[in-house]
Amino acid sequence: MMTEKAAIQKEQRSNVNELGLTKADYRGRPSTLCQGCGHNSIANQIINACYEASIPPEFLIKLSGIGCSSKSPAYFMSRSHGFNSLHGRMPPIATGALMANSDLKAIGVSGDGDTASIGIGHFIHLLRRNVPMVYIIENNGVYGLTKGQFSATADKGQVLKTGINPFMPVDLCLEALAANCGFIARSFAGDPKQVKELIKAALSYRGTAVLDIISPCVTFNNRDESTKSYTWGKTHEDPLHDVTWVPKREEISLHYKPGEVKDVEMHDGSCLRLKKLEQDYDPTNRSEAMRMLDKAYQEHILVTGLIYFSKAQPSLQETEQMISKPLVELDAHEVRPDRRAFNEMLANFR
Amino acid sequence: MGNQHPSFDARLAQATTKNSFSMIVATVNGSGSQTANLALMRSLFRMGIPTSGKNLFPSNIQGLPTWFIIRANEKGFTARKDQHDILIAMNQETIQEDIDGLPAGAVCFYADHLKMDAREDVVVYPIPVRDLLKTVKPPRSYRDYISNMAYVGVVAAMLGIPRAELHAALETHFQGRMKPVDMNMGMVDAAMAWTRENLEKQDDFVVQPMAHDEGRIMIDGNTAAALGSIFGGITFSGWYPITPASSLAEQLQYFLAEMRTDAETGKRTYAVVQAEDELSAVGMAIGAGWAGARSMTSTSGPGICLMSELVGLAYGAEIPVVIWDVQRMGPSTGLPTRTSQGDILFIRFLGHGDTNQVMLLPGSVKECFEFGWRAFDIAEQLQTPVFVLSDLDLGMNVWVTDDFEYPDEPIQRGKVLTVEELEKLETFGRYRDVDGDGIPYRTLPGTAHPQAGYFTRGTGHDEDAIYSEDPVEWERNMERLTRKYQHARKLVPAPMLEHEGDGARIGIVAYGSTDIALQETVVLLKEGGVEVDYLRLRAIPFSKDVTEFIQQHERTYVVEMNTDGQMRQLLQLEAPELATRLHAVCKNDGLPLAAAWIADYIMDAEGRG
Repeated sequence: MMTEKAAIQKEQRSNVNELGLTKADYRGRPSTLCQGCGHNSIANQIINACYEASIPPEFLIKLSGIGCSSKSPAYFMSRSHGFNSLHGRMPPIATGALMANSDLKAIGVSGDGDTASIGIGHFIHLLRRNVPMVYIIENNGVYGLTKGQFSATADKGQVLKTGINPFMPVDLCLEALAANCGFIARSFAGDPKQVKELIKAALSYRGTAVLDIISPCVTFNNRDESTKSYTWGKTHEDPLHDVTWVPKREEISLHYKPGEVKDVEMHDGSCLRLKKLEQDYDPTNRSEAMRMLDKAYQEHILVTGLIYFSKAQPSLQETEQMISKPLVELDAHEVRPDRRAFNEMLANFR
Repeated sequence: MGNQHPSFDARLAQATTKNSFSMIVATVNGSGSQTANLALMRSLFRMGIPTSGKNLFPSNIQGLPTWFIIRANEKGFTARKDQHDILIAMNQETIQEDIDGLPAGAVCFYADHLKMDAREDVVVYPIPVRDLLKTVKPPRSYRDYISNMAYVGVVAAMLGIPRAELHAALETHFQGRMKPVDMNMGMVDAAMAWTRENLEKQDDFVVQPMAHDEGRIMIDGNTAAALGSIFGGITFSGWYPITPASSLAEQLQYFLAEMRTDAETGKRTYAVVQAEDELSAVGMAIGAGWAGARSMTSTSGPGICLMSELVGLAYGAEIPVVIWDVQRMGPSTGLPTRTSQGDILFIRFLGHGDTNQVMLLPGSVKECFEFGWRAFDIAEQLQTPVFVLSDLDLGMNVWVTDDFEYPDEPIQRGKVLTVEELEKLETFGRYRDVDGDGIPYRTLPGTAHPQAGYFTRGTGHDEDAIYSEDPVEWERNMERLTRKYQHARKLVPAPMLEHEGDGARIGIVAYGSTDIALQETVVLLKEGGVEVDYLRLRAIPFSKDVTEFIQQHERTYVVEMNTDGQMRQLLQLEAPELATRLHAVCKNDGLPLAAAWIADYIMDAEGRG
């Protein structure tokens, strides 16, 4: 087995992306989460996705709230600015930062406690405003950092050390759909390829892209009967389609026969290629998405893939009619009106 | 005019109480009296008479009693008075109480369909509102609004306010739209003519033009704050509606649209986002400040309660943001439409753990403008939240002020490293005290340099912003924050010695909106034989001048609008060895302070009462 250092050196010799950066340029600090935690796998796929999509690390911000999931921005892309904020409060922080600098891309990493409980209000309003960012929920149905309490996405009847959960879970994809989010996907940390492709597509979307990723907690909630466990995920995952993100620069190839694939075009011209499995699911049909999610919710099936897609809503920067130049780059004379404007202003109050 | 009372103008010319009265207009909330009241006030302003207008309104949209106080004073003393010389009674519900509250010799104008027991010692004039409405015949939907102009006309005639000034005031009010101006003037003219034909002037109040309007404007503190923010180069505001702060954000939006929208493209160089709550409002502002915006939010006490968690984060993670607190009466929902200075202690230490907040204390609408732009500079220089504490009286009421001054300093962005500067550095540590002032260097997201990135968090971190629970690192960081707060003393506005008595051994310390009352108080005290020096605080942390002032006086009275003497407590902490020299003068009844009350209190305490 190669040492980590040797692995990095090997990688440096062989691989650079379009920006001339190696994957090492996208790595973060060593994870302090439990071994086998689904969150680590997701952090790795964020690294892979950003590397492969050639995202400049200095123009990406990574944000989080509080919880195990919210620690993970430290574990990818150390060259990016990171902001580990407060429990449930990542959406407003992200909103302000992205309004201040519209050149930035953002990946928010949250958990089910962070998003479905304490931060659900901010979550809904983030989607309502359509702030352009990738919003990942590492969903394990349990509070890990406080050692094993139920979260709002825990299954009804789930057994944890604290007892049996009496409440129905919050389905964050359904909530996102109700809030008019235009990019809603669900995935499973045990399916790294799908996670990576969805992240890449989400980065190309100009609006809030929600990725609800079931990410089992190996310490507090990995019982076989839990829908947030590896066993359940592996046996109940029901992909809607195979997903592959195709960058704009690659010509649309014809590997698939017409009728077998559906290309969903992103704002930047790249597309998410959905290869049909057995179902005939249309992710651009909102009521169909609602019906499908509700059915899966009732039947406890882990449906993964792109659940809903729409470019109908403008991003918040568009709604606010902001100039394309980032506000933080405006010069003093562009933000402080001159003396003539000052004197005209005073005349209003004579 | 053929039928006018022969002695009307002659009597007006004989009146001796010139440009000096406090007038209270009693109406019903939602009846549209604001136009009438502001027309009267603006006419006085345009005549060059020092004046103020204060709205005492209920937390209600329609139907509850509301009062508007206009004070005119030749010497420029325009603080609220406890007793009024002129009453305009338009509300049946309060008319008797309003009349009974008048001092002997006062004047009462009243809508003549209201029932009341008159007083022998008060001059009473009827206003035939209903008869005048029949004459003027305004469109039905404007009846209530226009009916208020009846008292404007009667009072104007009786005080000698020229018609032309009312017309000009209404033109300003309606921003040049002549249809409403004409409609309102129809009633004013009818009421003025009726007065001169039917009433005999029996009182002694009169107004005459002065020169106090040159180089002056009439504006409320929230608008001044919004404009100050704009000239401070604001780029982002997140906010949530709350009385009495809402108009600050609304004026910000209005004037930003005027001044910061590209004429050709219609694109904006700013963003103002109405949030879902105050947590989000300040969260957005903090996110924007972190990313490099000139960022702010505006709220009142209940909003600050919600913001405290995120403010603690901004304090610990050292993120610049400006937070306006237009104070209203607490605790809890308190008196939402009444003024107070009750958030001083709360904000000074806002946040759990050891937190020391920087606070600016504007004492006038002019300082609302000045601190509006300065607050961004201070926040960015210190990399910390900067609170600006206005209050309902300053924020929502209309004040006459000297013209604002264009910012005399270039925009200060503090210690922000560029790519070129990073190139020259061997290493960049986000929380390293390079200069010894406790203020570290920061980088903004989007700085294209491999060393630029760092990880922001509220949890423990070392100088490189890496997570750390190391006891030594923790204490070192807290010591640096203390050093930074000490440095803040030099950056914030210094206190102002507003008045020097003749060999005074007594000091007065005050701050904020009470200044207008204190300016009058020191004169009243002098008349009563008490010489005082008056120091006005303009910021926290205090400069050393404040301790010196206390040191130099046998006794210092700290005048404030709260119950617990909050600023006195802070001063006692600042100078514990001088604690017994500090005396609290507190009034917290929801009304702006009256100079006579303060003067009486201090005279009593000095054994001169």
